Amino acid sequence: MYRLPDNRGHYGDFGGKYVPETLMPALEELEKAYQEALNDSSFREEIRYYLNDYVGRPSPLYFAGRLTKHCGGAKIYLKREDLNHTGAHKINNTIGQVLLARRMGKKRVIAETGAGQHGVATATAAAMFGLECVVFMGEEDIRRQELNVFRMKLLGAEVRPVASGSRTLKDAMNEAIRDWVTNVRDTFYVLGSVGGPHPYPMMVRNFQKIIGEETREQVLQKEGRLPDCIIACVGGGSNAIGIFYPFLEDRDVQLVGVEAAGHGLDTPYHAATLTKGSHGVLHGAYSYILQDEDGQILEAHSVSAGLDYPGVGPEHSYLKETGRVRYTSVSDSEALEAFGVLCRTEGIIPALESSHALAYGLRVTPEMQPDDIVIINLSGRGDKDVHTVSGIPEVI
Amino acid sequence: MNRISRKFAQLRGQNRKALVTFITAGDPDLETTVELVLTLEKAGADIIELGVPYSDPLADGPVIQQASQRALQSGTCLRKIFEAVAQLRQQTDIPIILMTYYNPLLRYSLEKVAADAAVSGVDGFIVPDLPMEESGELKRELSLLNISLIPLVAPTSGIERIKQITAGGSGFIYCVSLTGVTGVREGLPDNLKEFAGAVRSASPIPVAVGFGISTPQQVAAVSQYCDAVIVGSALVKTIGERAGRPEFYDVIYRLVKTLKEPLLLKAEN
Repeated sequence: MYRLPDNRGHYGDFGGKYVPETLMPALEELEKAYQEALNDSSFREEIRYYLNDYVGRPSPLYFAGRLTKHCGGAKIYLKREDLNHTGAHKINNTIGQVLLARRMGKKRVIAETGAGQHGVATATAAAMFGLECVVFMGEEDIRRQELNVFRMKLLGAEVRPVASGSRTLKDAMNEAIRDWVTNVRDTFYVLGSVGGPHPYPMMVRNFQKIIGEETREQVLQKEGRLPDCIIACVGGGSNAIGIFYPFLEDRDVQLVGVEAAGHGLDTPYHAATLTKGSHGVLHGAYSYILQDEDGQILEAHSVSAGLDYPGVGPEHSYLKETGRVRYTSVSDSEALEAFGVLCRTEGIIPALESSHALAYGLRVTPEMQPDDIVIINLSGRGDKDVHTVSGIPEVI
Repeated sequence: MNRISRKFAQLRGQNRKALVTFITAGDPDLETTVELVLTLEKAGADIIELGVPYSDPLADGPVIQQASQRALQSGTCLRKIFEAVAQLRQQTDIPIILMTYYNPLLRYSLEKVAADAAVSGVDGFIVPDLPMEESGELKRELSLLNISLIPLVAPTSGIERIKQITAGGSGFIYCVSLTGVTGVREGLPDNLKEFAGAVRSASPIPVAVGFGISTPQQVAAVSQYCDAVIVGSALVKTIGERAGRPEFYDVIYRLVKTLKEPLLLKAEN
């Protein structure tokens, strides 16, 4: 039986709490509040209510007939997280965390964001519950995800530009942690992925596992059996763990996490942490990271802002080492090609993040049998990326 | 007993409090750092903290973040810092502590960190992102070679954690004065006296207070209820502004001398 993390927040060697002492009592308080909330049926019902009536769950498991025909192999299903309110899986987690913040009596929430999807999802939940919201975002990401910046502002959040380091997600997270250290007594940190110190990787996974639970039910209903393969993109890894987790003990279901290979794995311009990284500590957890020989964190690169991160959730590191999940990568150009294919074959504009999972699907399904079943987690929609893609003529 | 404990024992004998000064190693380069350490000692610093530059210093404010960047640009790394300390050891016996984030230590290998620290003459480590729950391995390696792992306590810690942390401490306890990152502050928290007092009465070893302290007045006030006062960003800011100018070492000397002055008076507790 898979029962991780242990009570100290470790997944084998990975995970833990590597944060300043100032935050340790806050993490203990959070863990306690989370466990109490889980044991409270009214909290669980409240989450279910908002996920159904506000987010629009369950999200469909859609048989992509034209895409299947285009690939000429296995049957391809898409788990449509792009149809959630705010356009990505991120809201599953922010509804949970903001409800928890409210329950703990916190009046202010903060978040980091890369592509802006987690920022928008946090700003949305904060608006609905009347909490003050500050979102930290790297200047580089602000430039390439202008639409989401505007959405956050419309939702009443303050977007704080981060000018340090690579000016992307990693630096936004540093700044969010600095804010949290300063305002720890009245602020709740809504962390967006399955990284960070315990209990975040566990808590975010548990808020996201609804994706996999629904998928399981839906595929059994449609096909009468479990799929042969499930594919998801991995930046920090929250959509991937969300769909993988309920299948971890089904050994016949192959699970594949797809990282961003950027310009290529043989260049310094990629974000393939599990494929090319090594063990270390970043943002509170021991996991795989991209680092130089002195232990300085390297800048990641991906055309997709949401995957542009030199770390990964500790549970993914564990699942890599045990071999239960296979991690691979696709390049910027493969992801962009898959983006175009889905637009034209299915009338769905996918997020550039999700396009990485699609690209791997495009690569492997033609080699599979027509009665094989592949599920791709379509973690978000691509409206936010239209501006980025419009600058790349090959896509259209 | 290492240089840190000997220093505190000596000061206690004189009924005095310690001045701990922090600078970022390699800012703007390691030759300057070596000169600076000798200047700090001459001006009255009792213990030296050298910051190991890191790409993602999440417990630091803008002043030390920028110093870290400058140091990384000049090619500073842990190995070269050990070499600089070894060079300093030919000229001074002042306690030297490295303040570093955990990842550079992990990458270097904890065993090798301890060995090279011992050989070069580093007396202790402060690791701001390594709470007691995760510090077992590093502590084991360091204590084998009589090197201190100096733990931090924070205003949020609460009495139970304060007791556990201080009981496992070595060298001294780093008492973080406020909730926040490093950097100069106009005022210090009202309850600092009670907090530092609680830490001091729980702790079997000396207690140093740091974060936000930059003026002789603050040094005078804080020293009333602890064993050592730590000044960092105020120095680092001046280094950033003045390094390379003819008056540089004089300015640093005078700054540290004025910070030390309140501590030359005999302490009352």
